[in-house]
Amino acid sequence: MRLSLGDKIMQRTIYILMTLLAVIMLYPFWNSLVISFNQGSDTALGGVTLWPRVFTLENYYIVFQDNRLLNSFWITILRTISGTALSVFFTALLAYGMSKKTLLFRKYYMVFFMITMFFSGGLIPTYLLIRSLGMLDTFWVLIIPGIISVYNMIVIRTFFSNLPDGLEESAKIDGCGNYGIFFKIVIPVSGPVLATIALFTAVGYWNDWFTGAIYITKDGLLPIQTLLRQIMNSNIMTEIGSSNAIALDHMNRNRTITTKSLTMATMMIATIPIILTYPFLQKYFVKGVLIGSLKE
Amino acid sequence: MKAAGKPGNWKKFRNQWDLQSMVWPGIIFIFIFSYIPMYGVVMAFQQYDIFSGIWKSPWVGFMHFRMFFEAPEFWNVMRNTLVISLLKLVITFPAPIILALMLNEIGSMTFKRFIQTVSYLPYFLSWVIVSGFVFSLLSVDNGTVNYLLERMGLISEPVNFLAVPKYFWSILVSVNVWKDVGFASIVYLAAIAGVDPTLYEAASIDGASRFKQIYLITLPSIAPIIIIFMILAIGNLLSAGFEDILLLATNPILRPYSDVIDTYVYRVGILNARFSYATAVGLFKAGISVILLVSANKIARRAGVSLW
Repeated sequence: MRLSLGDKIMQRTIYILMTLLAVIMLYPFWNSLVISFNQGSDTALGGVTLWPRVFTLENYYIVFQDNRLLNSFWITILRTISGTALSVFFTALLAYGMSKKTLLFRKYYMVFFMITMFFSGGLIPTYLLIRSLGMLDTFWVLIIPGIISVYNMIVIRTFFSNLPDGLEESAKIDGCGNYGIFFKIVIPVSGPVLATIALFTAVGYWNDWFTGAIYITKDGLLPIQTLLRQIMNSNIMTEIGSSNAIALDHMNRNRTITTKSLTMATMMIATIPIILTYPFLQKYFVKGVLIGSLKE
Repeated sequence: MKAAGKPGNWKKFRNQWDLQSMVWPGIIFIFIFSYIPMYGVVMAFQQYDIFSGIWKSPWVGFMHFRMFFEAPEFWNVMRNTLVISLLKLVITFPAPIILALMLNEIGSMTFKRFIQTVSYLPYFLSWVIVSGFVFSLLSVDNGTVNYLLERMGLISEPVNFLAVPKYFWSILVSVNVWKDVGFASIVYLAAIAGVDPTLYEAASIDGASRFKQIYLITLPSIAPIIIIFMILAIGNLLSAGFEDILLLATNPILRPYSDVIDTYVYRVGILNARFSYATAVGLFKAGISVILLVSANKIARRAGVSLW
């Protein structure tokens, strides 16, 4: 295709703008990564932007000394894994049942689920429910309220409904019940869509800080994102120092650690698992988003 | 409903118990975690107290609604909600469409994929992390923004951007664009990819420039999708933001510019434990939102596009 002069100018402009966009998208993350690997007292002098000036691992060393932070990471990992597994399982099971045209009362069930996409009780009634269920300050509040997602159910159901009928017929002839078909036939062929849903669910659990902020007051149960928010609003150094002798000793001897450098190191540890996963699942989640938004 | 009561149905139901047992955990779950709180909104019309609970608290009619309309914060909260929402509608909403149009003009697949991957990144970060980035970049002591502005000679001393109320709206909207623009462009890119290529061929034979083709072919072709998202955005006009505002506006000095309905509900409801009052404010918001959604849909239906 031959391009006119005007088209060429437009294309060049777009390339330049897109390069600029990439820089803007990456820089905040990159700069924080650099600061987390730079000596705190040196960062305080200013001008640390694209590359560490005084490289150090001590920020990470101190963070990994702190039991409260490590415990938070542990809670978050546990919650993400168990929450995602339960959520994907029950949502897929529900979606499979709802994809069957023979399901009695299917239409009523669907209306029942769809209503929740437009109306909700809101913050306060939900809070009071969780409280009356005795779930405040328990690990369960971090996983259970998010287990069934109606939106995800609809996405998976759309996928299931489009599976060829013949796939299940042969299993039925072999005497498989609905559960047998679900586990042996349907789950194995649904890898991509379940991976997409699992990715979004896991990211949701990993990133959620608000549940921890309103339902959890016990320190030992705080997810890392909630703790991070507390850390940003307080002085992380005195907190770590007061609870950990090795860290306190290191900070007193070297005087190179700052609040900012420690916060950045913690932030990076809370971010890197996500950054390492999402690009590899890109092909899948792009498809998943489209099933969800275009077909419904 | 006519079929539901027949005795034959009960037999059918028992015969497919395994299928039913797949959906009932979900139904019970949604009943508990969605429907019970939905019923809970009746406390907007009560003087709820914890010991009496929802069944025994005394009824007070529209008292809490009246209190909200007469509250000194009311006009401020409404103004901020509407202004922030409209700013998001005018800036955050079209941004991914423009990005998708530009991405579509990139010839090199590798470069395009790279830009896409990079632009999705912020979407996957939590608002806590994003607010950490913003605090760091805008920080008075050697944040990159102040550092650059000083070096370019635009300012003589560092500005504490997050403590100046009038900057807050711009910061909030920019951060929102940064976080969501890439991910939101996925849907538009897919819509653009679905446009009939013969239309472009015909246009270029007629000598239309790429810009003209975008304007005359691409945009009209993806208009239905844009309108659908527009309807949803209008339905959300009173949801100006929550996590983003809560985390970025930590400085109370910003409140005259940052307080919106949702943050107000959180503050008076959870932090001050005024349960009934906060529920009433939330219900007021939900009511207006439904009206907005239905009217936007009605207007769009005249253009041949509808949510339902």
